[in-house]
Amino acid sequence: MNVKQSKKWNTDDLRELGIFIAFIIIVCVLMLFSPPGFRSGRNMLNILKQTSINGILATGMMYVIITGGIDLSVGSIAALSGVMAAHFAHPGEYPLIIPILLPVFIGTLVGLFNGIGVTYGSIPPFIVTLGSMTIFRGAALITSKGQPVFNVSKPFEAISGAFVFDTIPVLVIYYVVITLIFAFVLTRTVFGRHVYMVGGNETAARVSGIDTFKVKIVVYMISGFLAGIAGLLLTSRTISANPTAAQGYEMDAITAVIIGGVSMSGGSGKWYGTVIGALLISIIANSLDILNVSSHYQPVIKGMIIILAVLMDMKTKNRGR
Amino acid sequence: MSDFFLAMHHIYKSFSRVPVLKDVSIQIRPGEVHALVGENGAGKSTLMKILMGIYTADSGEIQVQDKTVQIHSPQEALHLGISMIHQELSPVPDMSVSENLFMGREIRRNHMGGLSIVDQKEQIRQTHAIFESMGVQMEPKALMRNLSVAQVQLVEITKAISLSSRIIIMDEPTSALTEKEVHTLFEQIEKLRRTGVGIIYISHKLDEIFRIADRISVLRDGELIGTHTAAELSKNALIQMMVGREITAIYPKIETQQGAVALEVSNFSRGTHFRDISFQLHYGEILGIGGLVGAGRSELVECIFGITHPTAGDLKIEGQTVRIRHPKQAIAQKIALITEDRKRTGLNLIESVETNIAVVILDRIANLGIVDSKKSAELSDAYISKLNIRTNSRGTRMYKLSGGNQQKVVLAKWLLSEPDIIILDEPTRGIDVGAKRDIYLLMGELAKAGKAVLMISSEIPELMGLADRIIVLADGRLTGEILRKDFSQERILQYASNMNGESETV
Ligand SMILES: Nc1ncnc2c1ncn2[C@@H]1O[C@H](COP(=O)(O)OP(=O)(O)OP(=O)(O)O)[C@@H](O)[C@H]1O
Ligand SMILES: [Mg+2]
Repeated sequence: MNVKQSKKWNTDDLRELGIFIAFIIIVCVLMLFSPPGFRSGRNMLNILKQTSINGILATGMMYVIITGGIDLSVGSIAALSGVMAAHFAHPGEYPLIIPILLPVFIGTLVGLFNGIGVTYGSIPPFIVTLGSMTIFRGAALITSKGQPVFNVSKPFEAISGAFVFDTIPVLVIYYVVITLIFAFVLTRTVFGRHVYMVGGNETAARVSGIDTFKVKIVVYMISGFLAGIAGLLLTSRTISANPTAAQGYEMDAITAVIIGGVSMSGGSGKWYGTVIGALLISIIANSLDILNVSSHYQPVIKGMIIILAVLMDMKTKNRGR
Repeated sequence: MSDFFLAMHHIYKSFSRVPVLKDVSIQIRPGEVHALVGENGAGKSTLMKILMGIYTADSGEIQVQDKTVQIHSPQEALHLGISMIHQELSPVPDMSVSENLFMGREIRRNHMGGLSIVDQKEQIRQTHAIFESMGVQMEPKALMRNLSVAQVQLVEITKAISLSSRIIIMDEPTSALTEKEVHTLFEQIEKLRRTGVGIIYISHKLDEIFRIADRISVLRDGELIGTHTAAELSKNALIQMMVGREITAIYPKIETQQGAVALEVSNFSRGTHFRDISFQLHYGEILGIGGLVGAGRSELVECIFGITHPTAGDLKIEGQTVRIRHPKQAIAQKIALITEDRKRTGLNLIESVETNIAVVILDRIANLGIVDSKKSAELSDAYISKLNIRTNSRGTRMYKLSGGNQQKVVLAKWLLSEPDIIILDEPTRGIDVGAKRDIYLLMGELAKAGKAVLMISSEIPELMGLADRIIVLADGRLTGEILRKDFSQERILQYASNMNGESETV
């Protein structure tokens, strides 16, 4: 009785499928009612491309939320690191590696700052990252003197602009690779299990010998690191850096994670849920665009669909109680 | 009209197709104490949660005063005069005692256009009055998070009593109470009984059951084995009904060979929690720590384990002074601590049995940081069967396990870390007689294998049955040490109640 049943789905796993059901229903409805433009293969790739930057932010956000925290600073980190990337990406000034590594480094550093504030400073994550959201948005404005930074080199432009086999946007490849790496870390490594344990019961985690401070700091560093990458990719894609870019990106990332079934109270959630959450957000935006829905109505519809998706998720989760 | 206030008829319940209750019927008379006993996972809590409307029975009938009722929520149960003190208490930590007591039925004043304000003063006054009438000493304004488990339990009991319920269910109410507090509780139960309240009393402490129960119902594997008056049952007969076999010698003592000093603390102090504690623990020895709940015993072992930090004193392991400032350092020194509050410090309830069992040894079963999931599965299964943990599979979430089986998971996870020094803080809380004996045997085997075992227990028979030596704490001080040949209940109690904390030299 103990050993068997290992491969079979248990009811908890089945319940987590709720988000898939919601996803499939929404996609099917869109398929039925949308013009052929939505269904085309090119548009599908386009949706994936639109998902990639938010998806990368959501991956880091997922780690933070599983530990029971939140990171509001990712949009500002993306803006600041984007500006810094653009500064060092003017043609013929610095080797390409500088505008690639610098934003990632800055992001990780801000993450370290957040992590230390949350752990050693014992300040609530909401407050720490709200503070750094404001500080580093300011830093982006200061370093760019409030102006967009133009004139980036061709190779830098290619970082986000290139295609693989002339068809697949390289952004999609980045997103897939990052997702797989961080999914592996979350599900298969000791660190990943520690992340869940810290979110599930922090005191018990500490008593079990887990360095909870270290886990939390690393988690914020991951979020910052990925926000740095997002800033780099954003700047390369738009061929310029705007200090006011990526405003509200943190909310899209949080939304993706929550739609994906990660509990705000920490300790639970699956990586593929977050992927679906991120996809759902861009599918909604994309189909509304194709349907020519006025941009004033789009947020209203988006918000309603988000609530609906989470509601369906909760309904399936509660069945069988 | 029948003489029952409450009756449950032919109750069936399955969780994900696993039957947990099979055709269970019980009847409760007004003014009786009805004990419900059975092994861990027998279905006691589930039956009571059905009564409280937390779960719905698959089939069966509930009657209150001969009328069939449907109970869909605890509110409806309360309305019918049924309340429950849960096994796993969950108070709101940032609320005060009086706020908790009046939660959901706050006393209001100032109906300014529909706007009413909670009358804190009146609530505090009434809380005082209730405590007074019950003989409980507690500050109504104290925050729940600062209370001991025992105090939280008392608040819950007070709450049920003040709701003027006709039936009060108590699911292992005394598991964290001192002898004195148990006495207070029993006085309350006696008063309630005289006013015609029926009590359903779940406990694994058989002595208690024979002290207060009028009738006893026994559950085994989800089936009702029988309901008898307490007078017509002997303790052995009851045990046999519970476990389906005979158990002799509840406290098996295995003779061991005492070895070198494993752990030594000298002049250990931590603020007001405990002061100036010195003792040695040897390999091959079971050292008991006795005392009343609140004497500072848990604080002492938490400090040894690095959960908190001492303000003075030294800790030596095998003669070497060590500084332990985090549990991970204690684990590196091959120490294990089975904490007393499994919900708070022991388990991640939303995760699986396997995840919880493997958490301490993850590093050891990993290659380059990647968990060897096959090994983790094997080890979990091995300990699930070794400790006879009742769960559908290793993947089952912890919150679905019965209280006693959760406790066994905590044990499993620490045994798996293969410690040399094992500290157990109330290790058998909520564990049934059969499993208790298994744990005692295990402790004996560990000591026999040369491990050092340090055990805190508030149950004096348990201490006297197992320990080679007992030290007693009172009010944060070590008040006495007793060798096995001198063990007596009186001496332990005498040292434990030494409230001015004068140390005796032994
Ligand atoms: N929510 C749930 N989902 C699935 N299984 C459950 C759930 N709650 C309880 N069970 C299972 O039902 C059985 C009975 O559990 P219950 O808590 O009623 O036992 P108990 O008699 O109170 O035991 P204990 O003395 O250990 O508290 C156990 O095997 C437990 O694993
Ligand atoms: Mg129970």
